[in-house]
Amino acid sequence: MIVEVLSWTCLLAGGLLGIIGGIGMHRFPDFYTRLHAAGTTDTLCAALFLLGLGLQAGLTLASFKLFLIFAFIFFTSPTASHSLANAAMLGGLKPKLSNSGSSSND
Amino acid sequence: MMYAAAAIAILITLGLALTRALLGPTVYDRIAAVNMFGTKTVLLIAVLAFMSGRADLLDIAIVYALINFIGVVAVLKLVEHGNFFTDGKSADEVNKK
Repeated sequence: MIVEVLSWTCLLAGGLLGIIGGIGMHRFPDFYTRLHAAGTTDTLCAALFLLGLGLQAGLTLASFKLFLIFAFIFFTSPTASHSLANAAMLGGLKPKLSNSGSSSND
Repeated sequence: MMYAAAAIAILITLGLALTRALLGPTVYDRIAAVNMFGTKTVLLIAVLAFMSGRADLLDIAIVYALINFIGVVAVLKLVEHGNFFTDGKSADEVNKK
């Protein structure tokens, strides 16, 4: 019973976090802020979902596979975000600054 | 029921990420959206595995997680260098030769 409630909570929180990240992808003004919204919610959303499913599965082979997915996403998601920001910076994409004096074009 | 709610939440997120991938003003926006789309797809496959009671779908989720990261890094290299085979040179340096 307690496990059910915990699993429910994890799945709902994960879904809510994912939707918040999706809304952030639309409401933030430039690429770097959008990457912040997507990258930070991605990791915790995945962790909560996989934890919720793992609580349902118990100690089985399925939960071990879920742990493998979690370990992989835990390392690759921040790495992908970092390499994206790095590539955008090297590609010459400037962050949008509000207090740069001239907020003229774009 | 619980899995259906989780799957619907993931599907809403997938729709938002897909519209950002289609609208995105720069190519990096599109790549970020596709990266997010891939991560959420892994979660959707995992939820579907539990929803349909077929635990072997989790293997597909693992493979998708692996492919997603490799794919994003490969596309980033393609955007940055213009091809897949240079080592650390930009597209302009290669074209000058």
